[in-house]
Amino acid sequence: MNFLFDEDQDLLRDTVKKLLGDKATLESAHKHMESGADYDKDLWQLMAENGYQGIAIPEEYGGAGMTYLDLAVIAEELGFHYAHTPFASSIYGAAEALVVAGSDKQKNDYLPRLASGELIGTLAFYEAGGRHDAASMVAEVSGGKISGTKVPVCDGLCADIAIVSAKGDKGLSLYIVDLSQAGVERTELRTMELVRKQANITLNGVEGELLGAEGEGEALLEQIVSRAAGLTAFEQLGGAQRALDMACGYALERWAFGRQIGSYQAIKHRLADMFVKVEMARSNCFYIGWALTSSADDIAEAAAVARISAIDAYSYATQENIQIHGGIGFTWEANPHLFLKRMKQQEAQFGSAAVWKERLYKVLANKAA
Amino acid sequence: MDFNDTPKEAAFRKEVVEWLDANAEKRDPNDTSAMGMFSEKESPEMIEECKAWQQKKADANWACITWPKDLGGRGGSLMENIIFSQEEAKYITPANIFMIGLGMAGPTIMVHGTPEQKKRWLPDMLRGDLVWCQLFSEPGAGSDLAGLRTKAVKDGDDWIINGQKVWTSGAHYSKWGILVTRSDFDAPKHKGLTYFVIDMEAPGVEIRPIKQITGGANFNEVFMTDVRIPDDQRLDAEGNGWAVALTTLMNERMSIGGGMGMGSDLLVGELNRLAETCYVDGVLGKDNGAVRQKIAEYYSRLKSMELTVNRTLSALSQGGMPGSESAILKLAMGLLLQEVAAFAMELQGGMGAEFGDESSYAGGLWQELYLGIPAIRIAGGADEVQRNIIGERLLGMPGEQRVDKGIPFKDIPTGA
Repeated sequence: MNFLFDEDQDLLRDTVKKLLGDKATLESAHKHMESGADYDKDLWQLMAENGYQGIAIPEEYGGAGMTYLDLAVIAEELGFHYAHTPFASSIYGAAEALVVAGSDKQKNDYLPRLASGELIGTLAFYEAGGRHDAASMVAEVSGGKISGTKVPVCDGLCADIAIVSAKGDKGLSLYIVDLSQAGVERTELRTMELVRKQANITLNGVEGELLGAEGEGEALLEQIVSRAAGLTAFEQLGGAQRALDMACGYALERWAFGRQIGSYQAIKHRLADMFVKVEMARSNCFYIGWALTSSADDIAEAAAVARISAIDAYSYATQENIQIHGGIGFTWEANPHLFLKRMKQQEAQFGSAAVWKERLYKVLANKAA
Repeated sequence: MDFNDTPKEAAFRKEVVEWLDANAEKRDPNDTSAMGMFSEKESPEMIEECKAWQQKKADANWACITWPKDLGGRGGSLMENIIFSQEEAKYITPANIFMIGLGMAGPTIMVHGTPEQKKRWLPDMLRGDLVWCQLFSEPGAGSDLAGLRTKAVKDGDDWIINGQKVWTSGAHYSKWGILVTRSDFDAPKHKGLTYFVIDMEAPGVEIRPIKQITGGANFNEVFMTDVRIPDDQRLDAEGNGWAVALTTLMNERMSIGGGMGMGSDLLVGELNRLAETCYVDGVLGKDNGAVRQKIAEYYSRLKSMELTVNRTLSALSQGGMPGSESAILKLAMGLLLQEVAAFAMELQGGMGAEFGDESSYAGGLWQELYLGIPAIRIAGGADEVQRNIIGERLLGMPGEQRVDKGIPFKDIPTGA
């Protein structure tokens, strides 16, 4: 038994930290917020040159064929550094959908280009009302053409392809949709997190390539969302750690009543509570990292516990980080709000804590039965 | 990262299971008696049962897996130790009354004891022949342990001890105690302490049980009046007692926190059974969304606790030092168990506060647990102390401003 990353993964982390530390700074995040760019194209390219997008994609499909734990290292650092890329949508979402459900031909067609960063993919499951359960979906397939509205679609403005769920004669199915075709309308949503653009995508009788068996959409969707949520938990963990680090830094830097505010137990104890939540989330994240790598039977449970504790740690850490900063923490110019907003965006993206608790309850009940 | 056993660990586990199968009875996985705390009646028979089981383990060399072979241990790894604990938990075995000895006094003697002291105390301790207790806290020194006033005065080859200790679990059946005293009232508070091993049967030691909120009396107050301790029972140098005490406290956090990583399946299994029989305003618990949410949340938190223990052990077995990380476990576990037990009682509706007779749910198990939990949040460093440890040692925050530093102990204000 070993419950830690291995030495190679620690080395990978050092490399990723260096690259993102140089290129994905919070100053650049502020610039991107002002410029309104869809994503940081230079960073995306640099990450591709270093093989990040394809790290866990099998070698036969153009990836590096390493493990999900290696991908997890990158995910955690992307969250920590507040990188401005469609990595989560494209890699934890679209690429995983292809790994889970794609035919050999589809994997050959798409995975190498997702791995190289040439193609950007995303998941388009949500529909009006913020639901992504199968029963709620209205988008439909008729005569082989897909129609409906998907909203919100994260990175939906810059994505080249989307994995879309739609109902047909045999029930819910998944489709790979080329977003450059006529009949696809995209509009930008007004959203909190300004460097991860959200879109409304309306499909007006567009072509789609069936992904997985027809009518199997609900089961596939559950698997895909589990994997995407589990990997996103590492980004949330990284973000929570950053919020904690920022709060600690400020508690040492700021003096009040003649002392550093970190010397007051009111502040110190809150930092300790943040730390406990972050470490608990880290442990559950390790569980999903290991399950994705070595124990498929554990994925449903591990994704749920990782997601529940990562949401808990990230929300507490970001909210209290602002509180510890005081007035300056409420300003646009300071950095704490960046992580608060991403926290909410990532919570919304793959199912809230309430959703995952309900899912976990069902997993546990099945296990007991 | 691999949560599964290596081939070597699997072989070790097989050996453990074979021995346990031959020497103990397997527990029904749904048997919740393992969850009880402070509920054991500490009869002489029970103490004898505990000793007999420890001796059986010692005979087969399972008693102290990580201790070195020359002290009677197995010379095994931390991972082997956790494997043994995981498997042992599946069998019906007596309560562990040896934690203070094996988990705290033993490791302290290993670090600070002379070769003679190690030979004198450790093998007996390992066999469970003699039980140990801890004499640290005093009526005026709890979280501020270094404020203790039990007085030690050198007299020839002996020390004469006068003072009072409290919250001493198991003092009434212990042979030895680990004791921190003040040997110099003129030195600053952390400098004037000296650490001893005391014979609990020595003249002048008086033990009085303290009745707890559970109704039981597992712990005691201990009065020492002119008790003589031979100088060869002093651990480390005169005046160096605080460093020795810190070794004990670090191991205490580790054994409290580390011992808590298990049982998430048992606890959640029990909550699930409760959800199948209880009603929330006429709706079966398992059909109530709020109940389902809570059970899932608690499972997630318990799972993270179990995995955090394993992470800590992995780090230790790869050469890391036991550090302040165990403070996280101790802090998180007490709070979590309190919530879980309170929730389970809430589900029992009007019967929530009833226990101990046939009409109460599971024999009042949750009520007993609930009443015992405040002890977890206080003993071995209260939650607030753990938060200070995390804040100052792990996150680098400055210490509190203090008025008791660098002045003679006798000049520190006491409010008295």
